[in-house]
Amino acid sequence: MKIGIVVFPGSNCDNDLFRAFKKQKLYEVIFLWHKDTDLPKDLDLCAIPGGFSFGDYLRTGAIASKSPIINAIIKFANSGRFVLGICNGFQILCETGLLPGVLLRNKSTKFVCKNQILKVCNSNTPFSKLYNENEEVNFPIAHHDGNYFVNNETKKMIYDNNQIAFKYHKNNPNGSVDNIAGVYSQNHKILGLMPHPERKVSSEIGLDGERLFRSLNI
Amino acid sequence: MKIRINITLKPSVLDPQGQAVATSLLGQGFDNIKNVRQGKILDIEFNSKEVDINMINEMCEGFLTNPLVEDYAIEEINT
Repeated sequence: MKIGIVVFPGSNCDNDLFRAFKKQKLYEVIFLWHKDTDLPKDLDLCAIPGGFSFGDYLRTGAIASKSPIINAIIKFANSGRFVLGICNGFQILCETGLLPGVLLRNKSTKFVCKNQILKVCNSNTPFSKLYNENEEVNFPIAHHDGNYFVNNETKKMIYDNNQIAFKYHKNNPNGSVDNIAGVYSQNHKILGLMPHPERKVSSEIGLDGERLFRSLNI
Repeated sequence: MKIRINITLKPSVLDPQGQAVATSLLGQGFDNIKNVRQGKILDIEFNSKEVDINMINEMCEGFLTNPLVEDYAIEEINT
């Protein structure tokens, strides 16, 4: 599989994500620049990393969602291929409309940076099949705008269609609706999440994130 | 032509920043504060003297606001 990591001005988890994929020794991994207008023909997954693209100006993810590469990513996603957005990547995917909802300022107004227990809500997707249903995992979170919001109509739709990927467990660090930490697209081929699995891929810090990066190869 | 776009969070959306400002104002002794909602203002200057309102709406709905959570109002500013 070939993985492309999109770099925007202000991305800062791009190298972490690159290494998390590379470390699995399963993938060819390349960087893509946000001004690219086409994706490589043989790309299998497009990943949007965390960071503060365009300084979070206007709204988090809003300016990045109008970058030239986004049209190519929308086409890529609509052709049924994989897209992953972590933290700022999740915010950008919501702004493009590829994922439902929007990320607002944390309810506490504080930037949160800590380890967070999550529950795996759907272990039957290309990203999650190496996890168990309702398994508790520990991924770090680090964000100021992670308060996931959807209206009731959309919320019902994402529940009915099993689109909840992860929920915060035991506490809600940011005020997200129903403790939602990550969601899938309708076809479960696009995943966006606020927590950082790419920061949990070493035995020193913890390996809970690793299976997310390995699931795709199975 | 110059216009001003006032962007506000929809009333149903929680505004923690506005709440923090309200709490601080109350703490400073402004005890008549009932509620604060924080928004943003964009002043946009155009090259032409007239501007198509549909174009402004397109800018607002497609980029300047997120219609899921924000409302906007447009006003003309006299220079």
